[in-house]
Amino acid sequence: MTLLADVFAQALNGLQYGMLLFLLSVGLTLIFGMLGIINLAHGAFFTLGAYAGLAAVAGTRSFWLALLLAPVAVAAVGALVERTCLRPLYARGAPAQVLLTFGLIYLFDDLVKWVWGAHVRSMPPPAAFAESVAIGALRFPSYRLFVIGFGLALAVALWLVIERTRLGAVIRAGVYDAEMAAGLGVNVDRVFTAVFAFGAALAAVAGVVAVPIQAAYPGMGVEILVRTLIVVVIGGLGSLKGSLAGSLILGEAETFGKAWLPDTSMFVIYGVMALVLLVRPRGLFGRALR
Amino acid sequence: MDGLTRRRFLAGAGAVAVSAAAGVRRAPAQARPLEIGLVLPYSNVYAVLGESITEGMQLVFDREGWTVAGRKIELIKEDDEVNPQVGLRKTKKLIESDHVDFLVGPVSSGVLAAIRDTVHQARQILLVANAGNDEISRERCSRYIFRTSFSNWQPNWPMGSWVAAHVGREAYLIAPKYSAGFDMMKAFKETFTAAGGRIVGEDYTPFPVNEDFAPFLTKIRQAGPRVVYAFYSGSQAVRFVKQYDEFGLKAASRLCGAGFLTETDVLPAQGKSALGIITGHFYSTLLDNPTNKRFVREFREKFKKTPDGFAVQGHDTAQAILFALRATGGDTQDKDRVIAALRRAEFDSPRGRFRFDPRTQNVIQPFIYVREVREVGGELANAVIDRIADVRDPGTGCTLPG
Repeated sequence: MTLLADVFAQALNGLQYGMLLFLLSVGLTLIFGMLGIINLAHGAFFTLGAYAGLAAVAGTRSFWLALLLAPVAVAAVGALVERTCLRPLYARGAPAQVLLTFGLIYLFDDLVKWVWGAHVRSMPPPAAFAESVAIGALRFPSYRLFVIGFGLALAVALWLVIERTRLGAVIRAGVYDAEMAAGLGVNVDRVFTAVFAFGAALAAVAGVVAVPIQAAYPGMGVEILVRTLIVVVIGGLGSLKGSLAGSLILGEAETFGKAWLPDTSMFVIYGVMALVLLVRPRGLFGRALR
Repeated sequence: MDGLTRRRFLAGAGAVAVSAAAGVRRAPAQARPLEIGLVLPYSNVYAVLGESITEGMQLVFDREGWTVAGRKIELIKEDDEVNPQVGLRKTKKLIESDHVDFLVGPVSSGVLAAIRDTVHQARQILLVANAGNDEISRERCSRYIFRTSFSNWQPNWPMGSWVAAHVGREAYLIAPKYSAGFDMMKAFKETFTAAGGRIVGEDYTPFPVNEDFAPFLTKIRQAGPRVVYAFYSGSQAVRFVKQYDEFGLKAASRLCGAGFLTETDVLPAQGKSALGIITGHFYSTLLDNPTNKRFVREFREKFKKTPDGFAVQGHDTAQAILFALRATGGDTQDKDRVIAALRRAEFDSPRGRFRFDPRTQNVIQPFIYVREVREVGGELANAVIDRIADVRDPGTGCTLPG
């Protein structure tokens, strides 16, 4: 095995892990960009999405239907949370919102445990991506290739929506100046709910996609939430490009860290974050906070 | 808080003295229930293990109608979150404010290492129902600590020579980066290399959070060993076994390990990826003895699932407590008496005849079973293919009166 093949294989691992982080962080960053809140409950939406996906697969026998249905269900939960819990807190500032969304993590975690139990659950990848494929002397699960492609496709689609559509223009307007957007006749309340629900749906998409790789269990969202927060710190809160860049950087850093410096892999992750913060305190693509 | 304990102790002792003087025979500590404090994980990576242990205990106490020697049995459950700091806080709470008669737990070796000194200094009787740190049977043993589960050394030490003889002599080791992972791999290496085996690679992976084993599986694939010897438990066991299969490693390297890797709690989620994995453990659900058959039948009726080794640990912990209480006639105030009774504890367990090793107060494993995951009656199970009798921890450095 040559060094080059080794680097290539690990880079592919890092790319796949990074794409999973992207699916999760993009919703977080979108919600922050629009609503200005750091939604810690995003991890809970990830868990809910995974379990909703398992339930949908059990009911429909189709991974693809689950990938459609689970995000819709979680979006509804997200909309409800935004309307009932978050709306009254917008005027109260960040600490109240962080505390509330932090509390929601535990609420949803216990709910999941209560409904589905503490046992680890898994589902096989969809039939089309059940095998592993040969890449040189190595084998790579084809489902993981799908995750890479899916993540890239979603990034492109989101970019098109945000940069090239009217809806995207409204969202961007809300991000830059919500008050002005309201003055121009945008129903900011409704857009806020829609964006929050959409962000929750993205977390659920990540949850469904993650289950065939890492299985589902209560608390899975909390475990990955820390990584997601690091991604948005690196990439810059509120930026789509930043979310993608941060995810790929963290995915590669963690993968190569684990493979080559296993004793210090956690240090590598936080080291990268600290470095970015030193050079660019707002993250790679971050804007000044309002 | 120590004062409270002493006051309560003196009051109890006084009452006993008075009734003895009056020549009245009364059940000791009459009204006070027997309080058992559980410091176990009910969340995070080992949540299912905590649940299984608790269920194993509940099953045994159910049979007794939740009373022993005239005392009502009460469980006080605390979640240690697999976090040493949290475990220590919960342990102090159970000792200092609840004044429990017995402490039971924890699951993680890291938590046990953190609470050991507090337990020892408080002279609190602790029955370790899972955590296997070797040190607790060795240089950090304590007369107040008994272990009903295993030492990390026990399931792995016999596997080293067995794997070298029956599977292959080139092994890659992989385990989570904390004391249990280190202990288990060390015990395996000891006998594996002595039997002519060679270690071609060794990785310790992040713990408790690690979603993805891909970087390590890629390294293993490149090393191409005959054997991969692993220790994982709980959700990490599911992920490791599934990803090992997905990366196509099953065809190249035989996966072996400590029994937790394929215990009944994780087998259904692992599915066919687990087929053929060989592990060493003190128990298999398929063991053919009357105690186990009854245990499996009742457990399935009560909890609608198949019991695992962790549930057996809970079962045996509860049995040991019952044994001690019967021997002292319900008295738990005289700690020396309770300890002496526990040291003599002996009963039929689903794993075989249960006894503590007096040198370490760690359980003597009647057998370590070599098991292979097979499909048995339409369900995945650990079929016993070999066994090694009477496995007791060497107890090096422990100075309990043997």
